[in-house]
Amino acid sequence: MYAWLWSKLPGPTWVRAVIALLLFAVIVVGLFAWVFPWLSHVLGFDDSTVSMIALDLFGGGS
Amino acid sequence: MTDRDEQAVSSAAPAQPSKDSRARRTLFVIGELLITAGVLALLFVAYQLWWTNVQSAQQTSQARVEAQHAISASGAEKPVSIGKAFGLLYIPRLRDHVWATPIVQGVERPQLARGVGHYPKSAMPGQVGNFALAGHRATHGEPFAHFDDLRDGDKVYVETKQGFFTYVLVRDQIVQPTDLWVINPQPFPTDPLPNDRIITLTTCNPRWASYERWAYWGVLTEVRPLSAGPPAEVSS
Repeated sequence: MYAWLWSKLPGPTWVRAVIALLLFAVIVVGLFAWVFPWLSHVLGFDDSTVSMIALDLFGGGS
Repeated sequence: MTDRDEQAVSSAAPAQPSKDSRARRTLFVIGELLITAGVLALLFVAYQLWWTNVQSAQQTSQARVEAQHAISASGAEKPVSIGKAFGLLYIPRLRDHVWATPIVQGVERPQLARGVGHYPKSAMPGQVGNFALAGHRATHGEPFAHFDDLRDGDKVYVETKQGFFTYVLVRDQIVQPTDLWVINPQPFPTDPLPNDRIITLTTCNPRWASYERWAYWGVLTEVRPLSAGPPAEVSS
């Protein structure tokens, strides 16, 4: 899988390495910015760490 | 017999490696996928344990400036809208985490990420009733990370436009998330707290699982106008 990806990258080894690192960085940014906040919400992690009593009753209002 | 065996082996030989290598390739890809999944899981852990705190630290310092403006603002008192920081919290026992921590109106995720949240329908500091606060115990800034260090008799200082309010903690209890009574104006009708101007700190318990809640109650013992300056323990 990664060998195939590597073979598809253009240029000499160092160019490929730079492109691979950039791809990885872009993926990590995407994960931290969108995927993980969503995942943490879906898994209920942020709700369970939300240290409050009855968010629904007291969160809204006024 | 021997000849035939050899023949069979030699005729099977070309087919055998290709099957082998296909299996090996499949295993290799599965291995890569597993490693990828492991890296993703580690990144998610880093997001939860580290990045949410980094983000909260930024939001908390913004909220602190907002609270300082609200405290020094002139003019009549206005109702605080949800999401606005209106005060600062000081707990000497939790000094590493709770010192000039912004108090933000509201107890939902975006508000708790900026400091500690004030249950919007509970009393304001110094008022008769229950000034009830919520804070994260793990991740997202975790102001109440060391909630378990709190002891009866510990002081809690609140600074708002109306002055400095000193509360002394008197009682705590681990409760269920559905125990809404903890933030009632009078949480213990049959065994009331020493006075009717109280504070409640709430957080989750246990720290990393949070299927329970931990509440700590305190009572108002001193009010100082802003002009009198901060209490000695806060200014030190």
